[in-house]
Amino acid sequence: MGSGIRTPFENTVVEWIDSRLPIFTMMQKEYGVFPTPRNFNYFWNFGAIAMIMLVLMIVTGIVLAMHYTPNTGMAFDSVERIMRDVNGGWLLRYLHMNGASFFFIAVYIHIFRGMYYGSYKKPRELLWILGVLIFLLMMATAFMGYVLPWGQMSFWGATVITNLFSAIPLVGDKILTLLLGGFTIDNPTLNRFFALHYLLPFVIFAVVFLHIWALHVTGSNNPLGIDTKGPQDTVPFHPYYTIKDTFGTLVFLLIFCFFVFFMPDALGHPDNYTPANPMVTPPHIVPEWYFLPFYAMLRAITFNIGIPGTDIVFISAKLGGVLVMFGSIALLFVLPWLDSHPIRSARFRPWYKIALLKFVVVFALLGYIGSQPADAALGPIPLSWFGLLFTAYYYGFFLVILPWLSKNEKGRDLPPSIHEAVLKGSA
Amino acid sequence: MKKIILPALLLALIATPLYAAEAPAGEASPPAPVTEAAATPAAVEAHPPGEHAAPDTKHQHWHFSGMFGTYDRAALQRGLKVYREVCSACHSLKRVYFRNLEDIGYDDGQVKNIASQYTVADGPNDEGEMFDRPGLPSDHFVSPYPNDNAAKAVNNGALPPDLSLITKARHHGPDHVFGILTGYEAAPAGITLLPGQSWNRQMPGNIIAMAQPLQDGQIAYEDDTPQTVDQYARDVVQFLAWAADPYMEERKRTGIKVLIFLAVFAGIMYGVKKKIWANLH
Repeated sequence: MGSGIRTPFENTVVEWIDSRLPIFTMMQKEYGVFPTPRNFNYFWNFGAIAMIMLVLMIVTGIVLAMHYTPNTGMAFDSVERIMRDVNGGWLLRYLHMNGASFFFIAVYIHIFRGMYYGSYKKPRELLWILGVLIFLLMMATAFMGYVLPWGQMSFWGATVITNLFSAIPLVGDKILTLLLGGFTIDNPTLNRFFALHYLLPFVIFAVVFLHIWALHVTGSNNPLGIDTKGPQDTVPFHPYYTIKDTFGTLVFLLIFCFFVFFMPDALGHPDNYTPANPMVTPPHIVPEWYFLPFYAMLRAITFNIGIPGTDIVFISAKLGGVLVMFGSIALLFVLPWLDSHPIRSARFRPWYKIALLKFVVVFALLGYIGSQPADAALGPIPLSWFGLLFTAYYYGFFLVILPWLSKNEKGRDLPPSIHEAVLKGSA
Repeated sequence: MKKIILPALLLALIATPLYAAEAPAGEASPPAPVTEAAATPAAVEAHPPGEHAAPDTKHQHWHFSGMFGTYDRAALQRGLKVYREVCSACHSLKRVYFRNLEDIGYDDGQVKNIASQYTVADGPNDEGEMFDRPGLPSDHFVSPYPNDNAAKAVNNGALPPDLSLITKARHHGPDHVFGILTGYEAAPAGITLLPGQSWNRQMPGNIIAMAQPLQDGQIAYEDDTPQTVDQYARDVVQFLAWAADPYMEERKRTGIKVLIFLAVFAGIMYGVKKKIWANLH
């Protein structure tokens, strides 16, 4: 960490500090002169954007926590007090609420970038795995954060999702009780969710640090997916990418602020402006939009798996749905080994490119299906059948298509170097 | 508020013309333009009898719609009158304080006067007794029932919801509430309503526990605004939209400034980026 050979700084204060704790040397090395491929496109902005969103969420969240009361009798009222009586409270809450959505937008694009350009491949497997871990932690954090306002959708969303754990054989009920702090969702649940919602962002922050550390060991991938071969292929991170990230971040914030100031409730659900009532079930329970594809996979399994013609059930429909949903994330962890094709970038893998773009469409369609009532149908065909079909593609993409393509896709010829590709105008 | 939005402050100069254009909305406005409201057709087409489909909410144009939309103070004040004379018999408005009424164009004295017309239970006093006193600006609107069970007991088991957030708590809230208030009609043949139930084309399932609340000419407006169900509904919806989202005007004003700041800043950064990268090409 910044140890080793150190060039003295001219500024005496900086030099005094740096000779004792070489933090300036480290920043200079990792963000000043850090050699970065010269051919990034705007997809490479989303790491920096996600980082900005994480910081925004932590800052607004800490201030919100100063005004929020984690008690079932007061939580909803305290949030409304923030909206009405705390100075700037409406802004803080709308930033936090919409910030969660835009954090997920940034991260989904970041993940897509990684998949499209093969950023998960050797030697960046661990970097990718840390990223998936961040995604998983974000999901847990967002889920618990959505419970805190204690509206109807908070309560019933939490009921549906926590109930999933009871599907686990043998220990499911014990886990559920531990999770809820009781037998139903109540004050202990809200208290522990608040505590964990405050804790997890800092865990995310720590994993982000490891993620960036790993990135700075291997260096960044790039749109061509080929390794840098020398100084002619790279530029120093500053000023080239500091300015490009600044511009990209501002455009992203522009869209974000449009939502915050002009349609702050568009990404939420109206039911969450009704206080939680355990006696009244909403007609249609949906999670936040960024969970909808996974929710659709959960609901796609509507049948028990057992020995046909008998009552013997190995996997109930509920457990099946839970396994499929969590499995869909688990697949991301092992992606570097499911796709062992030597070419990284989809630019030079036309078949993979088609399969991946289809995967994105299927993922979006799963999101739509997740947003619809469970008994919705397209004409005579239940929507859950499409859910099953698309879930099959999701799994097929990882478990069949990627291994098959790894063996059989020839791919196009790679350019000799980033430098030459840039000069020819094809990067 | 402005203090915490540094970018907005920086942009205050640039955005001054926009801000100025919007500022008059903050003052008490002259009587509302009634022509537009009166000209709007009142109705949604009725659902076929017996069909319990989800309501097809008809979208209205509201004064507060759009990026530059503001609250029409006159409509809000008429809406307050509708709420106080009709809705408040059953519906609470417990998240709104009398002091908030200054936002819709009343001065300090008027707010004190309105508040003092209510009786608020307070205490315990030094003797340990609860006592009644006239309302103060720091009190919230007094709820019609002491608790939910009391409300249900006199409403056939149905709970009249608190209206503080009603326009946020329904899909297309303002349109929905307007649809409910103007959606009463005779039940189709073959449908038997229980005592206390009414037929409403906006209500999911069409059966509603609230009797038709508004009738033409029911509330005496102080100016020549039409005294129709449609106008009453339109006014009270605007009042409730303000009650649910009292910072909307400040939010939109700030938003314009923030967007201009970000757009200008992004534009400058794009230029800088071009210049820096030009060294490479």
